[in-house]
Amino acid sequence: MKRFIALALVLATVMFLGSPLLALAQEAPAATEEAAPAPPPVPDPSGTALGAISDIAGGSPNAPTKEEVEKMAADKDAMLTKVADVVGHNKISINMTWTLVCGFLVMFMQVGFALCETGFTRAKNASHTMAMNIMVYGIGMLGFWLCGYALQMGGGGGSPTLGGGAGLDTEFAISLFGKDFGLFGLKGFFLTGDAYDVSIAALFLFQMVFMDTAATIPTGALAERWSFKSFIVYGFFMSMIAYPLYANWVWGGGWLSQLGKNFGLGHGTIDFAGSSVVHMTGGIAALAGAILLGPRIGKYKPDGTPNAIPGHHIPMAVTGVLILAFGWFGFNTGSTLAGTDLRIGVIATNTMLASGAGAVSAMLYMMFVYGKPDLSMSANGLLAGLVAITAPCAFVSPTSAVIIGLISGVILCISVFFVDQTLKVDDPVGAISVHGVNGAWGLLSVGIFADGTYGDQINTIAGGVKGLLYGDGGQFIAQVIGVCTNFVFIFVAFYIYFKIAGVFIPMRVSAEVEQEGLDLHEVGVVAYPDFNLNKTHR
Amino acid sequence: MKKIEAIIKPFKVDEVKDALDKIGCHGMTVTEVKGYGRQKGHVESYRGVEYQVVFNPKAKVEVIVADKLAKDVLAAIQKTANTGTIGDGKIFVTPVEEVMRIRTGETGEAAI
Repeated sequence: MKRFIALALVLATVMFLGSPLLALAQEAPAATEEAAPAPPPVPDPSGTALGAISDIAGGSPNAPTKEEVEKMAADKDAMLTKVADVVGHNKISINMTWTLVCGFLVMFMQVGFALCETGFTRAKNASHTMAMNIMVYGIGMLGFWLCGYALQMGGGGGSPTLGGGAGLDTEFAISLFGKDFGLFGLKGFFLTGDAYDVSIAALFLFQMVFMDTAATIPTGALAERWSFKSFIVYGFFMSMIAYPLYANWVWGGGWLSQLGKNFGLGHGTIDFAGSSVVHMTGGIAALAGAILLGPRIGKYKPDGTPNAIPGHHIPMAVTGVLILAFGWFGFNTGSTLAGTDLRIGVIATNTMLASGAGAVSAMLYMMFVYGKPDLSMSANGLLAGLVAITAPCAFVSPTSAVIIGLISGVILCISVFFVDQTLKVDDPVGAISVHGVNGAWGLLSVGIFADGTYGDQINTIAGGVKGLLYGDGGQFIAQVIGVCTNFVFIFVAFYIYFKIAGVFIPMRVSAEVEQEGLDLHEVGVVAYPDFNLNKTHR
Repeated sequence: MKKIEAIIKPFKVDEVKDALDKIGCHGMTVTEVKGYGRQKGHVESYRGVEYQVVFNPKAKVEVIVADKLAKDVLAAIQKTANTGTIGDGKIFVTPVEEVMRIRTGETGEAAI
């Protein structure tokens, strides 16, 4: 373990010290070839100019081509041109409505996380766990608004399906092996200037709730012993720096997304809705935090074997899990950023199938090994299936979705035992296994099961995304690189962050506070004042 | 007068109450308690970790009765709370020196 940590520290030092040195680099506009002749983007804060005749090209099998549209648009006064303009506007309206509604669904997942985490922890810490879950929303949101969004999407070139956002056009890149490695974006701070635009704002809302999902994951793994002050600062670090960087590399036009263009590795690292960007990031941050924070008092016996500390409210936890499953439909289908992209039918169904398969395989595994369908593990299995299908949901067949889900449930069980009994890292809700390990599995599964029916022009590569089973080994390598990058970068970043922050703000509450319960001491209110709490749990 | 304390399975409380009502023993105090006897605890598993449930949940029924009724009450509880399995509980009988009804100040059997 020590050797591993030392290695990680060295890697981190190299990464952090090395990047500015290498960055005698140039700031390269993201889309160099296309951006050159185009006029500078005009922000549209009212939304009246977005969505026009140019947006109808390629919208259906018999839709006019780009050239035909341009020819038609030249005759401004023809009724057909006017109608086509409205059709284009309506298309963008459908997409934006879809993106926003899905974003609202993802926001509702915050409720799911709050109930799930609180139900799986003890009554004496219920207010504290709830407090982290509500405040990570506000804290993360402000941090993301300050600089997180700009670092993540500032070079992504906006979203064509939302009609614009071209103002997000500056990516900071370094040059290695003669190729540009995009590291972070530089436009969109505070959503001012060019970023005061309906398309960019809608994308902000959608990306913000995703970031918030990642930020809330460690609050489960670190629950029942994490000091609230340390949590607050963590919230800013996650939303302003750690999450946006990795997200930029995969979603914002950064270097992982360009592995296909630059090195011929499939379409580059493909993560449709965030198995790695959101879930693995949260899970690995949780791992780093839980290692440093140490187990709860009483979690391990003197000989090192684990004690069970059952959650105090299983119905609450199960309700939370089902709310998460509901919100997940927005998470995955919304990631098309387009209600006019009819692949959403398959995406939603894949999402559903994988979640069911994950729950059933985890349940069967627990019945087979322990005789009873451990409810908390079955519920975790449902989430594991959802996490795993998040990256591949748009690229695989329903059959593959079921296989991915079935495998995820078993991976979950094995991982929970491994973390609990071998690593001896205390994770009350199973966040490391659900989000970290299955996030990695989800990202890899794109490189295995993607069947080539979807994904044309993703990351500017023609043709559908294909995995190993459909003959593209390069795609699999790109996925492996994505997993390794996420693990190394996120783990090291958070390990160092928690080490340094811990010097100024103690990470852990005192033993007395932990035994009494964090509710009164940390957030000033007990969750269930009408009941005597059992403080003698062993 | 006697105090009869019965530690029984929680789901037997209603049956016991009805049986005692029938033989003329009106009024009881019920407490939710935890404990163990020869049944000991039992082993459960949570997230793959086995743990001992040391204290089983039980109900404690307390009634105060006139001496002449004690035997019937004892028999009624034994009969209704019995499931024939381990963990059915125990009944304790102790003498009671005095009883007073707070509202009127009555004492003795009249106050029961």
